[in-house]
Amino acid sequence: MKGSVIKYEQDNIDTDVILPGPYLKIHDYAELATHAMEGLDKDFHKRVKSGDFIVAGKNFGCGSSREHAPIALSYSGIRAVLALSFARIFYRNAVDGAFLLPIEIDDSAYKDISDSDSLEVDISKNEIKNLTKNKIYKIKPFPELIGKIIEAGGLFNYKP
Amino acid sequence: MNITEKILARASGKSKVSPGDVVFVNVDKVMIHDVSGPGVIAVFEKLKKKGMKIDKLWDPERVWVAEDHFVPAADKISAQNIVSLTNFTKQFGIKRHFKYGMGQYGICHTLSHEEAMVLPGEVYVGGDSHTNTTGALGAFAAGLGHTDVAYVLLNGKIWFKVPETLFFKLNGKLPDHVMAKDLILKIIGDIGNDGAAYKTMQFGGTGISEMSVEGRLTLTNMTTEAGAKSGIVEPDQKLRDYLAAKGAIKYDEVHGDADAQYEKIYEYEGSEIEPTVAKPFSPENISVARDLSSIELDKAYIGSCTGAKLEDLRAAAKILKGRTVKIRTEVLPAAISIFRKAMEEGLLKIFLDAGVVVGPPTCGACCGAHMGVLAKDEICISTTNRNFPGRMGHIESQTYLASPLVAAASAITGKITDPRDLK
Repeated sequence: MKGSVIKYEQDNIDTDVILPGPYLKIHDYAELATHAMEGLDKDFHKRVKSGDFIVAGKNFGCGSSREHAPIALSYSGIRAVLALSFARIFYRNAVDGAFLLPIEIDDSAYKDISDSDSLEVDISKNEIKNLTKNKIYKIKPFPELIGKIIEAGGLFNYKP
Repeated sequence: MNITEKILARASGKSKVSPGDVVFVNVDKVMIHDVSGPGVIAVFEKLKKKGMKIDKLWDPERVWVAEDHFVPAADKISAQNIVSLTNFTKQFGIKRHFKYGMGQYGICHTLSHEEAMVLPGEVYVGGDSHTNTTGALGAFAAGLGHTDVAYVLLNGKIWFKVPETLFFKLNGKLPDHVMAKDLILKIIGDIGNDGAAYKTMQFGGTGISEMSVEGRLTLTNMTTEAGAKSGIVEPDQKLRDYLAAKGAIKYDEVHGDADAQYEKIYEYEGSEIEPTVAKPFSPENISVARDLSSIELDKAYIGSCTGAKLEDLRAAAKILKGRTVKIRTEVLPAAISIFRKAMEEGLLKIFLDAGVVVGPPTCGACCGAHMGVLAKDEICISTTNRNFPGRMGHIESQTYLASPLVAAASAITGKITDPRDLK
């Protein structure tokens, strides 16, 4: 996967800012996408392109269990969120619904990656290439079950 | 094994599990509401388009449905969602659907204990992050998203990573002016809003034995705000009495072994806990209420699964009795059964006499949906559970989280007020 970075240099980006509460009543995925990140960045949906990555700090997706959050990001074109850590429900929603990849990065990669950098993410090699800075960051492999669900294309395609 | 490990071992058919093990567990109960229900319906539609045949659920008897976020229907879209939910329960033969305007209904987490929908030792999942609340009934209770809930509805099981457990020991009971809300805010302030990420928070000690079941439910409710997968309290006689009063007497309790392991044990002295408030924009951002006495407020909100149980309303009424509010104040009992008891006990009259508006059970403004959302720059003190930017309305509004005692005292003065300082 190749794409460019939209970086939010902050921790605890919660699901209330990723997809604000009043839109919880909406279940049209394309419409949800127009409200993605509205609580934090009003220009997000104008800026985001298909294949982009979000880079953020720790505890990304904390708060509500709303699957609207990974759905809105996914249907905006986000293929992966690269964060220091993830809140648990956002993480499993992203994986089980096959909406996007939640990839944990380490502190040095987090500091090194800048907004608008071009990245190539290769989970088969457990690495991220920063094409702008000509660097490679290693990432930890997904836990076994998570890797299998991702490979299957979501929980419903996974056969235990 | 501790209680959580034993419940997950039993539900996955294993003699032993350890933190870090990934297991598929059989689910005993599952809940959807007017946001996650339509979310599940959308997942079903997507699966059907891919060719999956969906004509029955794994076990409709184990599924129950609440209407809480956008009820009474806030607008046309919410009304349509309620209709979709009603069609869904009819189509799949789900009998336990608590409909607003048709007797008992309320916030899902409140119904879980008011109606004893979940019992000790069970595995309970719900399409809502505060599903953790129900762990105070001695169950494993965790929130899931739409895809996972859809999977449970069709298969009756779901995967979990067995969590590490953090044990919070409360020595001695909380003082009169202090509530469970103050304790859990203090704990979240200490460990941070990812301090229990992926873990279970278990509560015990003499202070918890002394604490009411409703107080315990406030603790487990807000474990979500520390990132926890679940919160739990071991069953005791107080819980058995609480459930028996609701007609629930048959269940299979689980208790931790004598040599149960915990990742870490935190100790708190009940007598040292003070009225505590979480400042914008995070539940971990705490101060003692007295340090915030200069903060002027526009509004007080006493509602939600966290802060509108019967005891919460009694606490607020104790303060509001014979006084008049200085700022806009709302009380929204969390379920009709609580509303009724508040009426029978005379609490509603106290609220109305104080100038408070009393509204129907709803998640309402807690999630910024309707029924009293905040305008730009408005400052609210609230008995709810989250104060992220825009949570209760405008992105530039502010919410301070507090106990019902502090919220009511603040409603009287118009500033954040420790109930001990109210004249």
